[in-house]
Amino acid sequence: MSIKINQDRCVGCKRCIEVCPGNLIKLESGKAAIKRERDCWGCTSCLKECHKQAIEFFLGADVGGKGTVLTFKEEGPIKHWIFTGNDGATKTIEINSLESNKY
Amino acid sequence: MSKNITVEELNTDVLIIGGGTAGCYGAYILGQNGKHKVIIAEKANIKRSGCLAAGVNAINAYITEGRVPQDYVDYCKNDAKGIVREDLLLSISQGLNEVTKKLEDNGLVILKDENGKYVTRGNRNIKINGENIKPILAEMAKNAPNVEVINHINITDLLVAGNRVHGAVGFDVNKEKAYVIKSKAVLMATGGAAGLYRPNNPGFSRHKMWYPPFNTGAGYAMGINSGAEMTTLEMRFIALRCKDTIAPTGTIAQGVKAKQMNGLGEIYETKYGVVTCERVYGTTVENANGRGPCYLKTDEISSEQEEELYKAYLNMAPSQTLKWIEGGQGPKSQNVEIEGTEPYIVGGHTASGYWVDNDRATTVRGLFAAGDVAGGAPQKYVTGALVEGELAAKGILKQLAEEETETIEVNYQQILDSYNKHLNNDASNISIEQIEEAMQKIMDEYAGGIKKNYQYNEAGLVIAKKLINGLFEVFGKLKANDTDELLQIYELRDRLIVCLSVIEHLNARKETRWHSFAENMSHPNEDKDYALYVNSVKTSEGIKIVKRPLVVDDYKPLKFTFNEDNTINYAGGVVH
Repeated sequence: MSIKINQDRCVGCKRCIEVCPGNLIKLESGKAAIKRERDCWGCTSCLKECHKQAIEFFLGADVGGKGTVLTFKEEGPIKHWIFTGNDGATKTIEINSLESNKY
Repeated sequence: MSKNITVEELNTDVLIIGGGTAGCYGAYILGQNGKHKVIIAEKANIKRSGCLAAGVNAINAYITEGRVPQDYVDYCKNDAKGIVREDLLLSISQGLNEVTKKLEDNGLVILKDENGKYVTRGNRNIKINGENIKPILAEMAKNAPNVEVINHINITDLLVAGNRVHGAVGFDVNKEKAYVIKSKAVLMATGGAAGLYRPNNPGFSRHKMWYPPFNTGAGYAMGINSGAEMTTLEMRFIALRCKDTIAPTGTIAQGVKAKQMNGLGEIYETKYGVVTCERVYGTTVENANGRGPCYLKTDEISSEQEEELYKAYLNMAPSQTLKWIEGGQGPKSQNVEIEGTEPYIVGGHTASGYWVDNDRATTVRGLFAAGDVAGGAPQKYVTGALVEGELAAKGILKQLAEEETETIEVNYQQILDSYNKHLNNDASNISIEQIEEAMQKIMDEYAGGIKKNYQYNEAGLVIAKKLINGLFEVFGKLKANDTDELLQIYELRDRLIVCLSVIEHLNARKETRWHSFAENMSHPNEDKDYALYVNSVKTSEGIKIVKRPLVVDDYKPLKFTFNEDNTINYAGGVVH
């Protein structure tokens, strides 16, 4: 489980570098890059910080990952969690941050 | 040319080490109530650092309608089989609802019924949207008067002279610069320790653990090195979690009332008892006896419940929802497999940590502790950590009002020398990662890790101690190419120091009171003579065990006293 940074989308704003609780992201040739992908905790703080949806979260094969990626987009109070499979098919779960968990 | 780290000196009234749950709230209270200058020194960035980075599923420590604070104390005492500090727990319980209200006032969404009352989940829990709880807390701290936040500095050592703290030393994780921060009081709020034992997923996903892998026991290590008394480190926390993602199970167990079921389809959860350690123990025994895998039985939930679980997990542990979606089978069509984690040392769930008095003062004068790093009060969770931040802040305010602190120059050159040594070492064939893996393997095999079903014995602990001590010799030769690697070296140092104290504690409690948490196979039964606290202090002769009598329900809140030369005068009774 770790992150991959889409180099085409990244604008090098450093917001993810600033927020990562493990200090695990660096700037390389003007773009964000993860230092050690095995050290990612999977908190997704960087996804939430990125305004360009440049960060893709994935599960390692050792915990059941097969290549699906999770991205994140915020529109007002609505948080969109977008799952994209290997075949390009997507599923989105929307969460209204003004509403509580039911459980 | 040899490297020589640059140094900046800062002065403040209060230094808070760690801007997580307790640290942020402590800063907020200090800012609201005093005129004192406060610095939060944070290893990452307080916006998302610590346990709450991804969010939290519920407020799990709350006094619900019809209940009183003493009920919460009784619950914790029962869960820990009596080894708790009732004075600390009561002071926490009395503040739980007020800190919850403060969070709501600052933007936390809490579910309410048509009468405007909080909707409960179980006896002690209320329902929230906790995804943004950490940014809310960070804003409260940052905007408080007189509070300065310094992100990305890793504090490594306390400045202590004659048992009085005078500040701390650390370095910038992004550039070769050290900070010497002099202060009249220090609040230790670094959190607990993960990564001591080999984790559930030791390969690519080694950091896919429940407790933050970035909580490396720095606060314990700094205290241990400064001679602060620690308590109950042998009461390890082993969480029962969703397999692979190590995501919390409470949302499923409490939310949709899913039962624990073994591989034969039998519900086993009542067979072993239902206190926290017994739930882990039951699962471990079922697996060990060939009746695994174990599950939470979710295959009877509705599609609506499944959708709500997807959302609840995205709000705190997104990898679990990703696993369900990617696997093409959600909890409705497949029971959720569960496993015990590797042991953590975490005072927010068990009673391990600094030995503190009711003001959260430690046995080092001027040093206070709150949250996961403070001992004696298990099940404090998020709101309990907030209350402790508040109580420590008030303890500090009291001290600053009462005492004229003498400014003493404490020599810190040795600390800088240690940074420079690692920055100038020659590269060797032994890496930081190798030593970390060696430490985790030793703890796993000889100090009751996953591989040994959490069991250990005295012969194994002797080996564990010897092997961990052996790692210190190689450790000194590690090379840091920059302060990012220096951070990794110090995180490893902290873990090694904590491991040695944990081993001493495991050995000192010669009974098995808590299955799995402290399963001492040399003494497999509970022993009434061990209805006491096992504490420890590191001295020049090694780690000394101190046994202290329980602070029970007719207690007077414990208050430490110091002699004129700052040595500790009274820190509770002693059992001989």
